[in-house]
Formats: sequence, structure tokens, C-alpha cells
Amino acid sequence: MKSISLKINGQELRARPGMTILDVAREAGIEIPTLCFHEELSRVGACRLCVVEVGGGSKLLPACTTPVAEGMEVLTHSERINARRKALLELYLSDHPADCLACEKCGDCRLQDYAYAYGVRTIPSEGERSQRQLDDSNPFFIRDMEKCILCGQCVRMCGEIVGAHAIDFTHRGFQAQVAAAYEMPLQESSCVFCGNCVAVCPTGALIPKGRMGQGRTWEFKTVTTTCTYCGVGCLLDLQVKDDQLVDVSPGDGPANRGKLCVKGRFGLDFIHHPERLTKPLIKKDGRFVESTWDEALDFVARRLLEIKGAHGSDALGVFASAKCTNEENYLLQKFARAVLGTNNVDHCARLCHASTVVGLATAFGSGAMTNSIPEVKLADTILVTGSNTTEAHPVIGYLIKQAAAQGTKLIVADPRRIELAEVADVHLQLLPGTNVALFNGLAHVIIEEGLVDEEFIASRTEGFDALKKALAKYTPEYVQKVTSVPADLIRKAARLYARAERGAIYYSMGITQHSQGTDNVLAIANLAMLTGNVGRPGTGVNPLRGQNNVQGACDMGALPNVLPGYQAVANPELRAKFAQAWGVDLPEKPGMTITEMIPAALSGNIKALYICAENPMVSDPDINHVRKALENLEFLVVQDIFLTETAQLADVVLPGTTFAEKDGTFTNTERRVQRVRQAVSPRGDSRPDWQIICELARRMGYEMAYQDPSAIMDEISSLTPSYGGIDYGRIEEEGLCWPCPTKTHPGTPVLHAERFTRGLGKFTPVEAIGPAELPDDEYPLILTTGRNLYHFHTGSMTRRSEGLDWRLPEGYVEINPGTARDMGIKHGDMVKVASRRGEIEIRACVTPMVPEGIIFIPFHFAESAANVLTNPVLDPVAKIPEFKACAARIEKVASLEEVS
Amino acid sequence: MSCTVCLCDTELSQEDKSILDEILAQHSLQESSLIPVLQETQGRLGYLPRPAMEYVAKALKVPFARVYGVASFYAQFHLQPRGKHIIRVCQGTACHVRGAKEVLKAFEDELGITAGNTTDDLEYTLEVVACIGACGLAPTIMIDDETYGRLTPRDVRKLLRQTKRAAQAQ
Repeated sequence: MKSISLKINGQELRARPGMTILDVAREAGIEIPTLCFHEELSRVGACRLCVVEVGGGSKLLPACTTPVAEGMEVLTHSERINARRKALLELYLSDHPADCLACEKCGDCRLQDYAYAYGVRTIPSEGERSQRQLDDSNPFFIRDMEKCILCGQCVRMCGEIVGAHAIDFTHRGFQAQVAAAYEMPLQESSCVFCGNCVAVCPTGALIPKGRMGQGRTWEFKTVTTTCTYCGVGCLLDLQVKDDQLVDVSPGDGPANRGKLCVKGRFGLDFIHHPERLTKPLIKKDGRFVESTWDEALDFVARRLLEIKGAHGSDALGVFASAKCTNEENYLLQKFARAVLGTNNVDHCARLCHASTVVGLATAFGSGAMTNSIPEVKLADTILVTGSNTTEAHPVIGYLIKQAAAQGTKLIVADPRRIELAEVADVHLQLLPGTNVALFNGLAHVIIEEGLVDEEFIASRTEGFDALKKALAKYTPEYVQKVTSVPADLIRKAARLYARAERGAIYYSMGITQHSQGTDNVLAIANLAMLTGNVGRPGTGVNPLRGQNNVQGACDMGALPNVLPGYQAVANPELRAKFAQAWGVDLPEKPGMTITEMIPAALSGNIKALYICAENPMVSDPDINHVRKALENLEFLVVQDIFLTETAQLADVVLPGTTFAEKDGTFTNTERRVQRVRQAVSPRGDSRPDWQIICELARRMGYEMAYQDPSAIMDEISSLTPSYGGIDYGRIEEEGLCWPCPTKTHPGTPVLHAERFTRGLGKFTPVEAIGPAELPDDEYPLILTTGRNLYHFHTGSMTRRSEGLDWRLPEGYVEINPGTARDMGIKHGDMVKVASRRGEIEIRACVTPMVPEGIIFIPFHFAESAANVLTNPVLDPVAKIPEFKACAARIEKVASLEEVS
Repeated sequence: MSCTVCLCDTELSQEDKSILDEILAQHSLQESSLIPVLQETQGRLGYLPRPAMEYVAKALKVPFARVYGVASFYAQFHLQPRGKHIIRVCQGTACHVRGAKEVLKAFEDELGITAGNTTDDLEYTLEVVACIGACGLAPTIMIDDETYGRLTPRDVRKLLRQTKRAAQAQ
């Protein structure tokens, strides 16, 4: 396209067609004041502050909405313009409280900055002033609508970017304001408290409560780090004063670009929670007693050596942690292998994406998300399955909703009518555990209707004929019987996906947490390869990893069968490489998974466990069984930041630190290795987990000494080809996606571009088996489990966050209005939910989100733990438990009136 | 309640729901139909009850906040139930100088409501308007489609008694 030449303030500039005057000025570094403009939001030209003179014309034009034209001559700061801006600012300020002296926004306020820049020396005091009540009704931020200048950035952020549409302009003229419908409190609206409105507010109208009274902006130190919650890997700018976290603002990371969710923005106050562990604890006569680090570490070292001596290395096991840094996971598996001498090391990836790691490694050769997060918006069709993205990965959820709003076709395959289903073109509401049948049905239609990518299949894959044969019986009518999804919807979805130029699949634990989890993943990989939707931007098979660093913990070899970088333990050459680097012989037999170590603890084959920052007493299936197993151990060490349900069973508890108190790296779901930076010092006597492991190893006779986590990363990259080019210097500004084999390699956002990691992509026929436990007369309902936006994992952090706890203080079971009526259950009643493993009491939430016959419980709540009920039956290959489907029954215990 | 995910049942009556379905069936279900749908809804229901707006929002896939934003922007939309009779008291310049304030006060006192509101028995809604174009008769008011002029506070009381009697006689 032809470029346009124009002059701004006499400077010759070139522009692309479609650019506005403001775009060109910003690109050239020419400052034009704006109050309503945000580069990611639609242009409304509301604030009029960006007015400029064009070609000496009589009318001043808004730079943000005026397109450039050939030969245009623009002035941005003439006397006339400046006078206009000053007058505008005076008008804004004429209905604005004159309390800059005490305003929290002082020093970071655009209105104040411009008043300074344009010489507004006094705030005009004549005329009527808006009188509005300060909205103090939620614990996250205050809304001081007297300071609102109606720029509308918050409204557009909420609608266009977050897709919550909670607020809009209401009323007219002088009464106009930004509010939810009927001016109701935000908690009664569709607000998700992400705080992205707060982040773009140019004035003091929206202020985070946590920072009120904490000091002035210029007193805060900003530390950019990576969020500790989910796998999206948002960057955070932590605001610190006097060694305390006072506020969090969104960082400009590749995954989040200035957006956050409620947990990252307002859920980090657990860092300063009074229940933080600050001293090592040793259990004496059944009670915890505080001890010194020396005493605790010596005791742990002695006991582990004793048990190793008496029962051998394989009587010991280590649970590494998807919460901890790459460096710490690397050290934990090194500790297991080199110090304890066992491959019994695993972590909670076993419970979330073990089937992804196995399944995608089989099909493609690499068990990770194939494409990068920003590519969501490049897809023409997105299939989201088994992922409640807007609650579990909110910032990716925003992107999917944006794509759908901009015309991307959206297919949602999920038993529940989740938020994304509301905006989807097709919702395939399958029965829990019937995923293989559904995907086979889609593949059947794609082959039957000639929608396959023949060239891709011929040149890039193997095993197509066998797949085609196996799929013959999965007609849409047959699949309808198995899944209860109407045949015509199956056809419609298959066509939408297969006909897309760029089709992308996003999935999560609704796929993986089944006794057929690996088969589910293989069936998804088949779909993508059939249609040639791998290896190009905007396509791919994209497992959304749950924890902040579950990808990294896998990469670091915190798995029983592989060393760092998925280098097989069983391979003698690879083992020798590590043995030489670490200076010890390494065990060759692959170790036990988490889901095998727990039963082994009960049977007595495992005598001691070292659990770092994991909470199996809430996260693992069949908790009653887990308790018995952990109680049967001779020795249990738990390293954590709180006295979790698991830590309470320990013999020794070692206080680690949160992510805000240490340096390191996390690898997010798109394989991007990003920096974690220390913002505050460790609370009390707590220590960064990497230091604890090093100290313990030393006391057990193995020298493990690093100056800092950067030195650990250097060791990692020297031994791990996919991390070979990564060091702290290179990822200082922006993280790199592995594989990044050399110091000059730019990283790999799109996997399998020219060839699959394993060479050819492999089709694997899979047969639908279904869940291990089906409803019967005794347990007539299907129970499925998952997450809620306001909590994370076992709740050890989020339930200690004041705001998050306010928003959702207790667990609930979702039940369809029809099922509820049949059982005489009303919204808010206390009910008993039972399965063959146990029973819990929990509050009923009657909602059409779940279909009849299916109930849903979020697993965050220890006192009403979903995992008392879940079925510990394992996927035979990946050893992942079937969290997503078991048989259950429900009965009323007490009505809402009786319990409240 | 603890759960934050419910799509709580609205209190829309079956009768109102079928009226709304009838109206919606006449329009394409998209944002551009919002204003006509709201107008017809108000035409049938007398005002815009909250559950009706929620129902329209879902049907047209327009955020509830935006529906409310539109409804509260235009003076033609009423969010509160309206009386059987609408009393409009002119506050234009001519009426103002000839005592419209006192006339309004008399209506407020007699009806026991302030301007912009409706009596509990849903008989009267009292509104102020800028000018009804009958300045020669100032101060003027309208009750439904009937115009009355040169009023004093005393006339107001009389007028209301007459209207009430007429209503009872019907």
C-alpha cells in the first residue's frame, strides 16, 4: 500500500493508510495529550484534549479519530490549541473535587499532569458540582465518581478487552455517570473484579483499596515479576514500600500486555498474611514446636539418611512443586536423584497434564502448547474443550472472547454451559468422559465430507489409513447416542473447524483428568493433523497448563522417568552426561509417580516423603485414602509457606518463601521462560526454597552451592538442550519460548513448523471407553470437578486473601434446577454429596450451568473437599486420576433458612 | 449466597414473558433492535420493569449495563411504574413567573409524592415539563391529554377532586 506523507510541526513524516494523526505522532515520539485514548481500545474522541490544527483550518480536529491525508500539515501545540486545552481542563476541573493534596492518585494523575503542563493554576469553583456517594462496597477498589471525567476508558476496557460488560454510561447530561445497570453494586453485576478499569483510569476515580494511605506513588519501588497463580504467565509490577507489598499493577508482558485478573491484581495479600510460616517446626509428642534452621535441617538430614540406610533409596520420594521456580525444581529433582539416589520424584503435573505430556509426545514428539498466547487472535476458528478458560486462565479467556467478538468462530465442547459457551457459535454439551467419542465423531465427519488436508497428511504424518478404518463406526448418529450431543451440531462443528484457514484447539483438564486422558489428547492431536492445523501461526494444539510453573517443573525433570529437558532416565548416555556433571552415579530405574507413591506409602514401600509446596491433602483424589497413606509414613517433611492440610501431618515443616521474596524463573503455558524477581525480603526466618534444598543436600554430604538462582540457570542450560540459549541476561527484558538451543537463538513461539519434533506426526486410533464409574441406582448422578475464578488450586493462598475470600468464602455444588426440584433442594440449602469414597456437606447452587443429572464442585475448599469424593482410578499410561467424572448422590441436610 | 456463577431466575411473570416474546418475534435479535423493542415493551407494559430489560438484554445479546444505559439516557423511557393518569406541570419561563412553583408544590402536597414519581395506588404520575406551548394560559398543566391553565394552588386541589370523582364514576 502507498504511504502517505504529511508534516507534523514542520517535521516530514510518512504514514500508512488508515493511521490517525495521533498514531503518526505517537510513532514519531510527538506528545499529544489524551484522556480517553488507549491504544487497544476503540477511538471515541470524547475528551477533546488531543485537538490539533490541520492546514490552518478554522476547526480544531481530534488527533485520535482524524485519519491522515496526503500533504496534511498538522500543528500540535500552537497558542490557539494550548488555550483550548487549558479551557477544556478548566471545564473538567470545574466539576472535580479540589483535593489533589490528599488524593491517592496525586503524582500519577493525567488530569493533574496536564493541568501542570497547560498552566491551570487554580481550580474554578463556580457552578454546580456533582454530588456522588463514594462507592466503598467491594474490598478491591473504591469508586469515587466525583473524580470521574467520563472518558469511558473503563467502560471500553470492561466491554472490549475483558468482555465482562459490567459497566456503561447511565443517565444523561449532568447526571451521566459510569455505573452498572441500576447503579447496583459491582458484585451484583457481571463484574469480575479484574481491576483493568482501575489500571486505565486517568484520574483518582478508581483506586485500589490496598494502597490507600500507604504513601505516594513516587515513594514506591516497582519490581517487575511473573504472577504466581496460573499458567498464563502475566507480568506484574509489584509496588513496594518499606519492604511491604502495597499495590500491584499489570506489567507489559507478552502474555498479558497490561491486563490482569482478580487474583493477580488483588489476590497477593497472602504474602503478608499473619499465618505465614516464619520458623521451622518439628513435631514433638504430636505438637509442632518452633526450632532453629540448624536443628531442623540436621534432623531432616539424619532421618532421611537413616531411612535410606535401612530401606534403600527407593523407600524415599520427593514431591516437587509447580508453584516453585525452575531453579528450585531443578534442584529438587537433583536432590532426589543425586542425594537421595532415587527417581521417585514427581509433582502435581501428574494431576493436571500428565496425559498431555504423554499424548502429545506420542503424536508430535513434544508435550507442550504448540503455539503462543497472542496467537489466539490469529485463529479463524477456535475449539475450546475441557477448559473453563475465563475462570481458570482469565487473561487467555479475554483473548478468546475478543476473538469471538471480532468474528472468529468459536466451538465450545464442555458438559457445562460455561461463560464461553454463551458467546460460542456451537456448544457441544457432551456427557462427562465421552470426549473420545465426540472427537472421533468430528474426525469421522471431516473424513466423510472430504474436508481433510490431504497434502499435510501425505507429507507430514503417518498412520492415516489405520485411523480412517478405526473411525468408520463413529457416525454422528452413533456419537449422539454416546455423548448426547445432537448429530447435526457435530456436523456443524466439524465443518467450522475443518474449513478454517487457521483452526486452533485450546484444552485443559476437562480433557486430561480422565482414566482415558491420554486417549483424549491423542484424539485431539488426530483432529489437528487431519486438517493440517499444526505448525502455523494461529493454529495448533494448545493445552493450557494450570499452575504458574507446571510447564517449567516438567521441563526441569521433576518427573520420575525423565531428567531435565525430557531426557530419558533409562537412556544410559543421557544418564552418564548428568552423572558426570553432578559427580555421582544416578539411579537408572524410572521412579514412581505421585499417584503411585501415595498407595506405596500406605503399603509401606515408601517410608519417607519430602513434599515441597504441594498440598495432596486437598488436591489428590480420594483424600481419606491420602490421609491414611501419609499417616503411615515413617517420616514426612513439608516445605511450604503456610501450615497446609498436608503440612499438618508432617514431622518437620520448613518455611519457604513466596514468589515475591525470591529470584528465579517460571515457564508459562506457552513455554516462555520469564523472570521472577525478589520484591520484599523473606518474612521472618523463612528462606527461599532453593537455599533450603542446597543446605539440606550439604548436610547429607552432597555439596550443592550456588551464588544465586542465575548460576543455577546456567547449570540448567548447560545440561538441557531446549534451555541451552537461556540465561538471565537474555530474558531480562522479555522471556524466551523454548526450544532455545543457543545463545543467539530467538526462541520458538510456534512448534512443529517445518517438521514435527518426532519427524512425522503420528495418528493414533483411539476407541471410546468412557468413565470408569457410571451412575447407577445407588449413585445416580455424575460428579465433575473444576475451578472458580476467585480461587486457586487448594486455596492455601487465595483463601488467605481478604478480597478473594470475601467474594467466595465457601464451596458449593452446582445442580440443575430440574435435578434440584426432583430432590427437593433449593438454592442455598446445605446438602450432603456422597460417592463410594466418602461424603461432604456443601451448599447447593441451583443453576442451569450444569445439565440435569450432572453436578459440579470446585475443588478449592478443604472443608467441603471435592476430592473426598473423586475416583482415584488412573489413566493406564499417564497415571493421571479421573477427577472429571465419578458417580455420586446428593441429599438435603438443611434449608437455607436453617443454616443462615 | 456463596456461588457467583448462577444465572438467577428473573421475576418476570409468565404473562410479561409472553408479551416480550411476541415483541421480540417482530424484530431481528440484534443490538440495532434495542430501542424499538424497548419502546414496544414500554407501550405494552406501561414502563420498563427490570426483569423485562434483563430478558431483552439476553435475547438481543446486548449487555444489561448497556440496555440500562440506553433506557436511562432517553427521557421517553420510564424505569418506574407509571400512574393511570399523567400530570405534567409546566415549568417554562412564562409559567415560572406566574407561579408554577406553587402549583407544583400543591400537586406534590395533594398527591403525597415529589415530581417524577408515582402514587402508591398507581393512579397518578407527576412530572415537570419545560413548556407545553400554552404560555398564554400560564401557569399551565396537563392531565393526560387535557390542558388546564391560569391555575392557583386552590384550583389544583379542586381539579384533583374532580378528576378523582370522574374516575370513580366510571
